Amino acid sequence: MNPTRRQFLTGSAIIAAGGLSTLGLPAFAAAEDVTKALADFVGDSETKTGKLTLKTPEIAENGNTVPISVSVESDMTEESYVESVMVLAEDNPLPNVITFNFTPASGKAEASTRMRLAKTQNVIAVAKMSDGTVYTDTKNIKVTIGGCGG
Amino acid sequence: MSKPRIKVPKKAAAGDIISIKTLVTHQMESGQRKDKEGNVIPRKILNKFACEFNGNPVFSADIDAAISSNPFLQFSARVAESGTFKFTWTDDDGSVIEAEKTIEVS
Repeated sequence: MNPTRRQFLTGSAIIAAGGLSTLGLPAFAAAEDVTKALADFVGDSETKTGKLTLKTPEIAENGNTVPISVSVESDMTEESYVESVMVLAEDNPLPNVITFNFTPASGKAEASTRMRLAKTQNVIAVAKMSDGTVYTDTKNIKVTIGGCGG
Repeated sequence: MSKPRIKVPKKAAAGDIISIKTLVTHQMESGQRKDKEGNVIPRKILNKFACEFNGNPVFSADIDAAISSNPFLQFSARVAESGTFKFTWTDDDGSVIEAEKTIEVS
């Protein structure tokens, strides 16, 4: 389908407005903010991949509400369970998104929510197990219209 | 405060892992936006969610400003007996939204 002239004009207006509104916003999260948030969460533990899966859309048309879900392979018993999963957005004004805290009564270490993304960027999930092991997973999400400020 | 929308199965077998969905109406003002005069609109979000079953913690979340308005959360719970789920959301201003759902476990 070819976009009509009207649709094209509305589209340009949105892009123009988006461009203007980014002026004067606080600086986007610096890399050290992300590093610090990670260090606060995992301490000195070595991070591994596997077990933790972060599910996101590849392209988010609307950065105001991007569905994400995390799941960690675990039996969720008293002896071995997933304590918490933290989600960070690298290029948001504030990198912290959410921290899910699980208990053995959760049954499964799975949770979903909807988040805001300012622009195309990597989203990082970090899972901390009860025995201290740490797993990470990263996904890149392309954002059409940013969802912070405006 | 509006009433949260919560989905919990009415019945389950003992030991089942059930899925719970919650959605609560809240503007989740991120503190990043500015009004027409260029003043920052102060942050006002729900910063904490907790779910308990018969008084025992099941799941909780520390929420930051990057969570969308009308926050949606889905998670699981393992149920061994009939009882009541208690859900609480804590606002930045200290107010609390509470809700309860019962489940029959056979």
